[in-house]
Amino acid sequence: MTEMLEHRAIGADLPRRDGAEKVRGTARYADESPAERPAYCRIVQAPLARGRITGVDPAVAEASGGVLAVLTPRSPGGRGAAEQLADTSDAEYAILQDDEVHFRGQVVAVVVAETFEQARHAADLVEVTYDEQPGDTLFSAERNDLYRPEQVESGDPPDSSEGDVDAALEAGPVRIRHTYTTPMLHNNPMEPHATTALWEPDGHGGAGSLTLWDSTQSVHAVGTTVSGVLGLDPEQVRVVCPYVGGGFGSKGIPHQNVVTAGMAARAVPGRPVRLPLTRQQTFSLAGYRPPTVQRVALAADADGRLTAIANDVVEQTSRVKEFAEQTVLPARTMYAAPNRRTSTRLAALDVPIPSWMRAPGECPGMFAPEVAMDELAHELGVDPIVLRERNEPETDPDSGLPFSSRNVLACLHRGAERFGWAGRDPRPGERVHGGWRWGTGVAASVYPTSRMPVSEAEITRVDGRYVARIGAADLGTGTWTALVQIAADALEVAVDEVDVLIGDTDHPEASVAGGSTGINTWGSTLVAAAQEFRKRFGDTPADGDSARAGVPPNDAAERYAMSAYGAQFAEVAVHADTGEIRVPRLYGTFAVGRVVNPRMARSQLVGGMTMGLGMALHENSLFDPRTGHVVNHDLAEYHVPTQADVADLRADWIDEHDPHVNAMGTKGIGEIGIVGTAAAVANAVWHATGTRVRDLPVTLDAVL
Amino acid sequence: MRPFDYQAPADAGTAVAAVAARPDAAFLGGGTNLVDHLRLGVTEPGLLVDVTGLLPNGISDDGGGLRIGAGVANADLAADPRVRRHYPVLARALLSGASGQLRNMATTGGNPLQRTRCLYFQDVTTPCNKRSPGSGCAAIGGATRQHAILGASEHCIATHPSDMAVALSALDAQVEVLGPDGERTLAFGELHRLPGDAPERDTVLEHGELITAIVLPPLPVAARSDYRKVRDRASYAFALVSVAAALEITDATITDARIAFGGVAHTPWRAHRAEQALRGATPSDETFHAAAQAELADARPQDGVDGGNAFKIPLLTRTLAGTLRDLARQEA
Amino acid sequence: MDHELTLRVDGAEHRLSVDPRTSLLDALRQRLGNTSPKKGCDHGQCGSCTVLVDGVRVLACLTLAVTRDGSEVVTADGLSAGPPGSGGDHPLHRAFIDEDAFQCGYCTPGQVCSAAGMLDEFARGRPSVVTGDLGADPELDDAEIAERMSGNLCRCGAYPGIRAAVARVGREREGTR
Repeated sequence: MTEMLEHRAIGADLPRRDGAEKVRGTARYADESPAERPAYCRIVQAPLARGRITGVDPAVAEASGGVLAVLTPRSPGGRGAAEQLADTSDAEYAILQDDEVHFRGQVVAVVVAETFEQARHAADLVEVTYDEQPGDTLFSAERNDLYRPEQVESGDPPDSSEGDVDAALEAGPVRIRHTYTTPMLHNNPMEPHATTALWEPDGHGGAGSLTLWDSTQSVHAVGTTVSGVLGLDPEQVRVVCPYVGGGFGSKGIPHQNVVTAGMAARAVPGRPVRLPLTRQQTFSLAGYRPPTVQRVALAADADGRLTAIANDVVEQTSRVKEFAEQTVLPARTMYAAPNRRTSTRLAALDVPIPSWMRAPGECPGMFAPEVAMDELAHELGVDPIVLRERNEPETDPDSGLPFSSRNVLACLHRGAERFGWAGRDPRPGERVHGGWRWGTGVAASVYPTSRMPVSEAEITRVDGRYVARIGAADLGTGTWTALVQIAADALEVAVDEVDVLIGDTDHPEASVAGGSTGINTWGSTLVAAAQEFRKRFGDTPADGDSARAGVPPNDAAERYAMSAYGAQFAEVAVHADTGEIRVPRLYGTFAVGRVVNPRMARSQLVGGMTMGLGMALHENSLFDPRTGHVVNHDLAEYHVPTQADVADLRADWIDEHDPHVNAMGTKGIGEIGIVGTAAAVANAVWHATGTRVRDLPVTLDAVL
Repeated sequence: MRPFDYQAPADAGTAVAAVAARPDAAFLGGGTNLVDHLRLGVTEPGLLVDVTGLLPNGISDDGGGLRIGAGVANADLAADPRVRRHYPVLARALLSGASGQLRNMATTGGNPLQRTRCLYFQDVTTPCNKRSPGSGCAAIGGATRQHAILGASEHCIATHPSDMAVALSALDAQVEVLGPDGERTLAFGELHRLPGDAPERDTVLEHGELITAIVLPPLPVAARSDYRKVRDRASYAFALVSVAAALEITDATITDARIAFGGVAHTPWRAHRAEQALRGATPSDETFHAAAQAELADARPQDGVDGGNAFKIPLLTRTLAGTLRDLARQEA
Repeated sequence: MDHELTLRVDGAEHRLSVDPRTSLLDALRQRLGNTSPKKGCDHGQCGSCTVLVDGVRVLACLTLAVTRDGSEVVTADGLSAGPPGSGGDHPLHRAFIDEDAFQCGYCTPGQVCSAAGMLDEFARGRPSVVTGDLGADPELDDAEIAERMSGNLCRCGAYPGIRAAVARVGREREGTR
């Protein structure tokens, strides 16, 4: 059992430390970093899904005024050719290295000019010719070239099997077998990916230094990636990112834009270069959640005890780089059943490279099973919450380990009470008033609790204060504030004696803000650093005293299965004439361990649920297989929820004490809010209308 | 975006002459559509003539109707007490469009001239007969959820995106135009044109012609009118379909009706056949459905990679019926 | 050809020469170093660039700078209880912090400006599409605020906090009238 911190600052409802700057707009984001006479960079993208570049003529662009450099691919034509990259083992970063086009939207030239207008215009004037080949872009579960990846993104095996699912399905007596689909989705943080880059050839003792002010969830990952690709020592690259205008995973793994910015900066030494992607460009260059087809099968006895669970998943990846979303995971761990099977098959296409989007795997992978559970409840004639009670596992069905804590039923019960679930008429399509059809739905949610293996923090006594440094990130999650609360408790001092500095590779290396691991990892690191500091300097340190520590491993992770849980309740209204679907109420109750800061935690959970609402009803990257691109690649037509779509949306949590997860008792809260939300809404739509929609998003034409 | 010249003349005559003199010139009003298109490369004018400072921006009584200067902002028009009272369909249409910020910028003259939101029209890397005549239509067989079911051609299946224009169509508005050859007035219903084999032309306006005012006739039937916009998202989205409707009921008989549809055609779609089916009939769900069916008899849905838009036929039918039902229940 | 113009931004007058292609947003951000309005889409689809021009909320990305010669521009940084740029907080600044009406902060200055413009529109009795009776003055309820603020997207989903912040300032205003 981990030694738990005594909570004083942890749990306090403190306002954000970065609030004053953010409400006035004086907080500086990547594209706004102070820079002397910045030049502007613009990417030229391939307008075809597959082919070969036969020529690039930058002459007209170069003559168009203000152009400082045009970077072209290495093989066709020599002039302006991009630098040879040191490491192209990750194909995503092999920018301008050859003449092949792997997907529509790929970077095929880069323009640097004096002004933003000049760069934009010159980019339009770069003439690129192609030998176009037919693109293979149609995602389908019926393809005959599907393959099994070696592992899924989480490192887990792609397939799993226990018992005999087919025999159990045969035996029944109650069976649910349906195909569910989730579409391609885009993260769309409000700040498009952006970098300001400066190459100083005289820096780092004459070897040259590259500074990247980048919008990223991990400054250290960007530093490692860019230095490796460009063949620089890690010490030659500094990455700075105090503020991130949202990421939701899309700024977790470095993408082409930041490497491109580094290359552009090296083409104009001494000149800072700004490269903000356009909103449209982010649809092909900054990752996305791949579409999934999930064949879910459930079998149960007459009492509603599951005898079999299966989820056979087909999903998309790009031909140029594999990304295997871990969609199969929830079906492995959520409910008890003696016979279980999951499988992952990929279709590798000439499409942009998928990547992380909030709760990759768990989010789509919980939608299908949680709708199937609702279907099973109806089939059995039992309440959906009761069905989940009957299938609560005693130990983790996948690993066999006991749970460090598992309060999904507590979430369902508390949530039901708050929502007013009791006495719900289970019949679908029976409630019409005010010209709307009304229904309610529920779904459970799960997201694993983990800690990253590498992170380091340093605590120094400065002018009578404690200054902690760690290269962590605040994407709006509240890191600037929450780490202060944790450090204060670890040092056993008041929060106003503590500063925590983040977002810079000059600070000790921190793990990525992703997978709901941020606070678990960085907090554990700060606790270790505080312990080291106190061990060495006691309670009366002198100015300049300083101690460092790395993140301690969590031995308990080998003995316990650890996850956050939740229960989502939705009330929907479907217009009786038009089928328009609105969500007057969406309540989530969660079990996420200890909450470091209630207002910020609530905001994270509400934000996740809001994104889940978008996934349920609106969001859909319309991919046209004829052209190979997302045709609704902007915020007018890729519909994220607006203020008017969010009515009574609430999140709360149960008081959960888990001594095994870490010294703070935290489980991570960035992802759990989105998991399960779409299923709850889809289940409520069925309850309102009697129409079971298994394909997201649920739109009005499905319920007319 | 290629470089362009910019002029802000002092009067409309000078502005018209400036645009007429250069084939690559364009008027700049509120800019909400044109600046978007400049940035997308959808249009590449060599000269912008700013008319925001010179267009009339008042609303005046006009023989029982209203005369609306082309420079009146959409937000100001929607807030006008006379519009709210006598032409609620217009106020609701304006308020259901875009966002508060955009309604503050967009103008009376510019709104009806906004161009289609067809995804392919806006994407210069795809063929589009409207943007680049003769290049083909990428929308046909593509993502067609938002496309036309009425009056489309083999060259273009785009829809007109304006909400305001749907209401103006139902209200029999008049459009006052100043051109190089002087002034002319045309019925609002004649302003927009179907795509046919020249989808590059959204309207009948000639190059250099400038809308200076829109006139609403006195129209008692409009007192009982409404605009219903159907969209996936609750706000800040273009219509899948929309209905502008005005109904006059005397002694349990429909004595007058004005109907127009949005989101279904290259133009705001005035539903004359539906109106005809309604006049003289008894208000009932059967009547309303029959009216919709009369208008939609020639509707042709599009297939598409996104499932197409056949749903628009039942959706529009039900939306019209629902709108009329609600109007019939209103106190006259 | 570049054009000379004068802009009053957050109380300070600036003379600048701009390419006609330059948006008001880029003029503020790139030329005047005022990064309060943000670029979220550059096409009028997100609201992050909202500023007040001559007291009215507009989108700076769809406004060509050259068309606003002589205008008074107020960004979230210049918004205050007194004249623009006079320093100090506007009640909306405090309400946004108190109600935790943001996460990443990128849409926030646009939300703040939009809220300021919207409350002013509301005070003038302007209707919205959810106003039940177009003939009457609207009530500042949740649905009205939500509809009127829907031109400002927040991907973090801080909408409930934004609504609470705007409602609070709106109520304070009504109370003082």
